[in-house]
Parts: sequence; structure tokens; C-alpha cells
Amino acid sequence: MNEERHDALRSLLGAWSLGACPPRESAELERHLRGCAECTEEAARLRDAAGWLSLDEPLDQPGSLRQQVLDWCLARRPAELPVPAWGMPYTAETAKLDALLRDLGPEEWQEVAELPWHGGAELLRPAEVLGRLTAVDGFLALALGLPDPVPAAAPSAPARARVVERRVPPQEAAVPAPRVPRVPPQGGPSTAVTARTARLLADQAGLPPQSVRARWRQQTHDLVRGAALAPQGSTPVDLGFAVLPLRDAFVDRALECFVHGEDVARAVAYPYDPPAPQHLRQMVELVVRLLPRALAGLRAARPQPAGAPGTAGPAGATAVREPRRLRLVVDGPAAGEWLVPLGGEQAGPPGGEPVASMVLDGLELCQLAAAHRDPDRLPVGEHGDRAAVREVLHALPLLSRPRAL
Amino acid sequence: MATPDRIPRWDEQLQRRLARGEETALGELYDRLSPMVHGLAGRILADQVAADQLTREIFAQVWEHPEDFDPAQGSLRSWLGALTHRRAVERLRARRDAERAPERGTGATEEEIRAVATAARVQYVVDSLPQPLRETIAVTYYDGRTYQETARLLGISEQAAKQRMRLGLELLATELADERARQEPHPSRRDGDGHGDGDGHDDGNTADDGHRTGRGDCDCDCDEGERT
Repeated sequence: MNEERHDALRSLLGAWSLGACPPRESAELERHLRGCAECTEEAARLRDAAGWLSLDEPLDQPGSLRQQVLDWCLARRPAELPVPAWGMPYTAETAKLDALLRDLGPEEWQEVAELPWHGGAELLRPAEVLGRLTAVDGFLALALGLPDPVPAAAPSAPARARVVERRVPPQEAAVPAPRVPRVPPQGGPSTAVTARTARLLADQAGLPPQSVRARWRQQTHDLVRGAALAPQGSTPVDLGFAVLPLRDAFVDRALECFVHGEDVARAVAYPYDPPAPQHLRQMVELVVRLLPRALAGLRAARPQPAGAPGTAGPAGATAVREPRRLRLVVDGPAAGEWLVPLGGEQAGPPGGEPVASMVLDGLELCQLAAAHRDPDRLPVGEHGDRAAVREVLHALPLLSRPRAL
Repeated sequence: MATPDRIPRWDEQLQRRLARGEETALGELYDRLSPMVHGLAGRILADQVAADQLTREIFAQVWEHPEDFDPAQGSLRSWLGALTHRRAVERLRARRDAERAPERGTGATEEEIRAVATAARVQYVVDSLPQPLRETIAVTYYDGRTYQETARLLGISEQAAKQRMRLGLELLATELADERARQEPHPSRRDGDGHGDGDGHDDGNTADDGHRTGRGDCDCDCDEGERT
């Protein structure tokens, strides 16, 4: 045996100890071991070490533990600079997504997640999902005076065409059927959002997934810290589709993070917990507050109320200025009850009997608002004006952001 | 041991923010280090409730007394790892003492505690291995690949794949021998030794602990191999 061969075989010892050599190489190495004390000694040591690798997996870290531990700590020493309540869902959801990403192997980073929205579905790898979350979270960064993660646009980019004040969700104006329009909107503020996302995705395209994760994570930490150090919840944030106060924008981003975290988890076949009840409750409240905008958007997409099936359409009701409202009952952990004005944003005087009631689960409501449920198949308890219930169900997915590239 | 000039600035900044009472610093600390703390506690205590409870106590300790951490002594990760390990073993020992009938000897029990502590320590070293080594071992061993397949998957040479496996196992073997040697005289006296750089910035770092064991000439071979 020459020295070169000895070195070559010896370099195999790690792989051999892990059972990772093809049979022929294993056999040759094992013949060599019988005659080489030096290699035999190392082989025994490495084999022994490899034996410890087959330990049981550690206990799962339950998702609820984070909040328990932080509550426990804060009860013993209250924070001088606490995270505002409206920042908590975002803090929890970003931590949960990060915990999922921590466990992804190289192959799982190549899986493709399906991200439905009301105009279709996008297919993105986990790192691209993160890029998109980062780009839209960037609107909060700007509002907080933090750096924009998105590189500046080329001078001719359509991002400059953004119009912001009091936008309804953009819709095609001329869709004849009384259905949710299933086409991506053209132009309008969403173009600015998608252009930003496209620029960020192009910018991060060459980065390894863990770097993308690190960038996203750093920004989430910086955002929460920015909110905690100067908690001004009413600062307006232009999210492209709407201008929301910072406190709502954080809840909106928490919901988005949860929804897309679940998309990624589905793609890699990992379990993913729903938001904690108190956080889900904040998300439900936001969705209910935004619902009138979605209803207005749905109505804007319909040329004539005459096309609506069944009873006199809600637009007809608006015309005669009747205060039509719907009782929305949410059950499950985020239970609550709301009266939703159906007449667009100009609600009638309070006090009239709701024209309909509907009951659905809070998590389902949020997922419907993210266009992750089919409004025609969702289990909903309903009572009263069926058309009004259908209208609300079909309006909710319009809150999902158009983001096709 | 990690040398002070290699301590990431993150540790000290975080310590200052904890001292200021920033809730976000506590959250970031938890996000970064809870997998290690909870994993270590779980491996030693083999009990979900006890592991959760210990995790709570460890983070409360840092939150209430951030000044206890001395950046000159090593990274926050290695400090917390040592603290968790010590507390978990104490708790395991207390549990065994409580369960033991008074007339029975302690031999087997002490041995069991040692075995559990060793396993947890080694696993902790696995978790703390430099990322390239950990990744190579994980995708090879847990997914049952050959080193050639691993090399292709990770986009590295076969030579590099073999070297990473050998070096990674060598680091584990060193820790294992080290752990056994430490347990012989004083099974419980082990907490002062934050074992190297848990953040894994340096492939060769953990091996610095190896002077106590007969690790022979492997360092040289590995270093040579890593270059070829």
C-alpha cells in the first residue's frame, strides 16, 4: 500500500462512519483497516461519534411557548420599552415563520409554494415569498423612517404612477357578470406594489436562501423595534392598495405573514399553527373594518345592479338610502359580533334591523379575506337575505392583494 | 474558547438593550437562542413540561440579570448553553433523588444521568457545528445519502464532502472524549466550560478544546485535506 492510497482511503473515514460510501469503496476501506492500525484507531473514534447522531429528535418546541416564556419574563420584570399591543401579532407571526424556515433543508428551499389571491395564484419558492413579504413590509419601514429594502426604481418605472389617497381595491370597471372579477387589475396602485416586489426579487435573486431569510428577519426585528421605541399607531402607512394607520398596517402584515407562512408550510408538508386567539381577534377586527371598502370595490366592478340575481340588489338598496346592515357573527377562538354596513362606506343611521346574519369561523374569515377559501364553498351559517350574505362572502377575497408579476 | 475579539457585536448590543428593558431585545434573544435552550433542556430532561419550564427560567434569568453575561468570557450562546446544561442536570439529579428509595445506592442513577448529559452535550455540539459541517452531516446521515450524492446536492467537490464529514465527526469525537474525561472525577462540575464558539464562525475552533484528549494528528490531516 503506498502512501497516496493510504491517504485516499483515510479521507473516506468520515463518510464511511456515516454509512455514506458506495459498497466498493467501503469494501476496499475495510480491507485496508485490517492492516492499518492508524486508520483503525480513527475509524473507531469516528464510528463512535457517529453513533451519537442517531439520538432521538429533540422535543418539539411548541409554538405557544414563545408567548408563555415572554409573558413569564415580563411578569417578573416589566419592559421599560414594551412592544405595543398592535405589534404583537406581527411579532408572533414572523417568529413562527422564521421557526419554520430554520428547519428547511436545501431541497425544501427549492419547493414551490402556491399563493392564491383573488385574481389567480402565484407559484413562488420560499425565498421569493420572503422577498415579497420584505418588499411590502418595506412600506412600514418607510413610515417608521427605516431604510427601504427595495432598490430604487429606474426613472421610467411605473412605480411613479402611484396614486394613493382613499383608494378602493382596484377592479376592472367593465365586468358584466355579478361575480368576483377573476382578472388581475391593470395599472393603478397595485402596479407600484408589484413593481417594488419585482425589483426586490431581482435584487435578491443571486442570494442563498439563508441570506434572504436573514434580510427579511432583520427587517421584521427592526420594524417591531421601531414601533416599540416610538409607538405612534396613527402614523399613516401607504400600503399601495390603501393607506392604513400604522397600528392596522402591522396587523395587516401579520395576517399576510401567517397566510404565506402557511403557503410555504403546505409546500414543504410541515404543520403550521393558526395565530394565537388574541392575535386572530385583531386580524378579524381589521378584516371587518376593511370590509366596507371591499364591498365598494365589488360594487364598482358591477356595471348595473339589474344583473344581480335574486332579490333587489344591494346597490338598489343604496339608491333608496335604506340603512342595510348585516350581522356578522364570528365563532371560534376569536369570537365576536359586528354589524356591517352594506351600503358601501356611507352607512345609514344605526338602529335598523340587519337584513341578514351570517356565522363563520374567525380563521376561515381571515383566510377568505386572503382569497385562500372559495366563497361558494365555505361553511357559513346564514339567515335572512341570502344575496346580502353572498355579497359579503364575495367581497372578502377582494381584500387579498393583487400581486401577480 | 472563543476569543473576545471574535464575539459578535450582536451579543453586546443585545445585552445593552436587555439592560434598557427593551421587550424587542427579549424577543430577539428568544428567537435566536430558544431552539438551543429548549433542545438541550428537552434532551436532558426528556419531558416536555419540564423543558418548557426550564426554558422559561433560563430566559427570565437573562432578562432579569443581563449583567451576569460577560462578553469577555465567550458568546452569549455558549454562556446560555452552559447555564441551561447545568440547570437541567441539577434538575434531573433532583428528580432522580426524589424518586430513589432511600436504601438504594446511587451508582446506576448517577451513571444514567451521565449518559443523558453526555448525549445532550454531544447533540449540542452537533447543533453548534459550523454550518457547512452540520449541513453536510445532516443531509448525508439523516437522509441516507452517499458522499457523492451529498456533494452534488450541496454543489461542493466530493473531496470537500468527505473532508467535512471527517472533520465534523472528529469534532464530535473530541467533545465526547472530553465529556467522558470530565465526568470521571466530578460529574457535576462542568458548567464553567463554555465549550468553544457556539455560533460556529470557525471550523477549527471547537477543536481547540481537544488538548485533553488523544486526538493525535488529525488536525493536520484535516487542514491539509480542506485545502486540496
